[in-house]
Amino acid sequence: MIAATLAFYLFAGLAVVGAVNVIFQRNPVHSVLWLIFTFFNAAGLFVLLGAEFVAMILVIVYVGAVAVLFLFVVMMLDINIAVIREGFLKYMWAGLLVGGILLAELITVFAAWTISDSAEGLRAAPTPDPSAMSNTEAIGQILYTDYIYLFQASGIILLVAMIGSIVLTHRTRPGVRKQIISEQNARRPIDTLEIIKVESGKGLQ
Amino acid sequence: MAELWTSYLWPVLWIVIKILMFVVPILVSVAYLTYAERKIISAMQMRIGPNVVGWFGLLQPIADALKLLTKETVLPTGASPVVFFLAPMVTFSLAMLAWAVIPVNPGWVLSNLNVGILYLFAISSLGVYGVVMAGWASNSRYAFLGAMRSAAQMVSYEVSIGFIMVTVLMTAGTLNLSALVEAQSEPLFGFLPGWYFIPHFPMFVVFFISVLAETNRHPFDLPEAESELVAGFMTEYSSMSFALFFLGEYANMIMMSAIVSILFLGGWLPLYDVAPLNLIPGVVWFAAKIAFCLFVFIWVRATFPRYRYDQLMRLGWKVFLPLSLIWLALTAGFLVYFDKLPA
Repeated sequence: MIAATLAFYLFAGLAVVGAVNVIFQRNPVHSVLWLIFTFFNAAGLFVLLGAEFVAMILVIVYVGAVAVLFLFVVMMLDINIAVIREGFLKYMWAGLLVGGILLAELITVFAAWTISDSAEGLRAAPTPDPSAMSNTEAIGQILYTDYIYLFQASGIILLVAMIGSIVLTHRTRPGVRKQIISEQNARRPIDTLEIIKVESGKGLQ
Repeated sequence: MAELWTSYLWPVLWIVIKILMFVVPILVSVAYLTYAERKIISAMQMRIGPNVVGWFGLLQPIADALKLLTKETVLPTGASPVVFFLAPMVTFSLAMLAWAVIPVNPGWVLSNLNVGILYLFAISSLGVYGVVMAGWASNSRYAFLGAMRSAAQMVSYEVSIGFIMVTVLMTAGTLNLSALVEAQSEPLFGFLPGWYFIPHFPMFVVFFISVLAETNRHPFDLPEAESELVAGFMTEYSSMSFALFFLGEYANMIMMSAIVSILFLGGWLPLYDVAPLNLIPGVVWFAAKIAFCLFVFIWVRATFPRYRYDQLMRLGWKVFLPLSLIWLALTAGFLVYFDKLPA
């Protein structure tokens, strides 16, 4: 038990350290790397909770796909820190105002936070018994039965978003020489070759 | 004091011993994989290959390692030192981490995770970080181009790898790797081995090709295409940091071969469960299957020319992705229609 507690504080502490570093790094690439570090610690916390499926999905989706794209984009940016810092003091009051409002909202929400009895009861006795069923199975059974329409709808929204972004950014540029394999395969010798008998001493006319 | 030993120290020590029992053979295999690669390729090209250091050149990998150790470590100007040295470590340790869930024999596994296959997928999808970090931190054009290519390539081929894994785990009905191997023990039609490469043969081929792309091996070694990019993301690395990349790449090959063996070639299972075949220990079967996959890796390297970048992307997105999606739907339909869904 003491090992689990120690592991919790280790992961939680490192996650906080990572998150703070995301903000305080000057170099955006280092920020993204710290963000990845934070994701890992969050995955560790999920494992401690016994939610190994969620932990793995967190690593696969966020670290394996989303953060790679972040890193990809951020590495391409040509960032001059001096230019970014230019208007820092001038606009600081706006940032402080937004941050202050958010902090006040969070405090009011969490100060009045109570856990309902039904949630407490669910925690004491989870509906699919964790000892009888792996949590992958439990998630699958609830996701593909009770919430199938919502699940499919979210999938369609993502698909539409993907197609939308492709349509918006795709442009056909002139002058690009593209390989069209079907055309290449469909070419016959008769279309491209001409065999000419050249008589000696005359050459081609 | 005795209680401290039995309940805390000994378990930790025992875990360390078990980890070493995995890591040491892997490192030795990595060293001799480089030797095997040189010998096999030289045989295919009618050369002799390494034959001077030790009997049949058997000490060549050790000589190479010593040479690398004594070289100077160079840090390029303008490089980001922490990320620069972190990158090879990430590559190498990820290749080792995956072995935590790979079962080599019934019960011989470090951690019998319920979501083993997802863990493997997660670890293999992280492999791109070592390369991208190296490319960015080197502060060099060639390295950066190599890293960009690698990122696009690995992300593209991961998609079809993921779908194929889903197909396989749907047939087996489990995410646990040991159970997945056991699910392949039932013979097909009563006489064929139940290994999944027979019912899923097209996916076996697609998976193997995707693995070649995922490990940046020939003919998809565009991230380090030496004729275009010097050495790609490894250009600026020397000495131990280079050695770690090198070890990581070969350890990755072994790891991916192990995944192919578990998913499609029945892990530790013998070909048939009859007298001479099932007397051979499961570890030997598993190692033989890994060795076969590694041989194909090297065979491909000696045989095929490098793909062009747009061809690589076309193959990944326009050929493999639709194919694996269609196969996924077909498998699901078949399993439901014939009521063969595993409980």
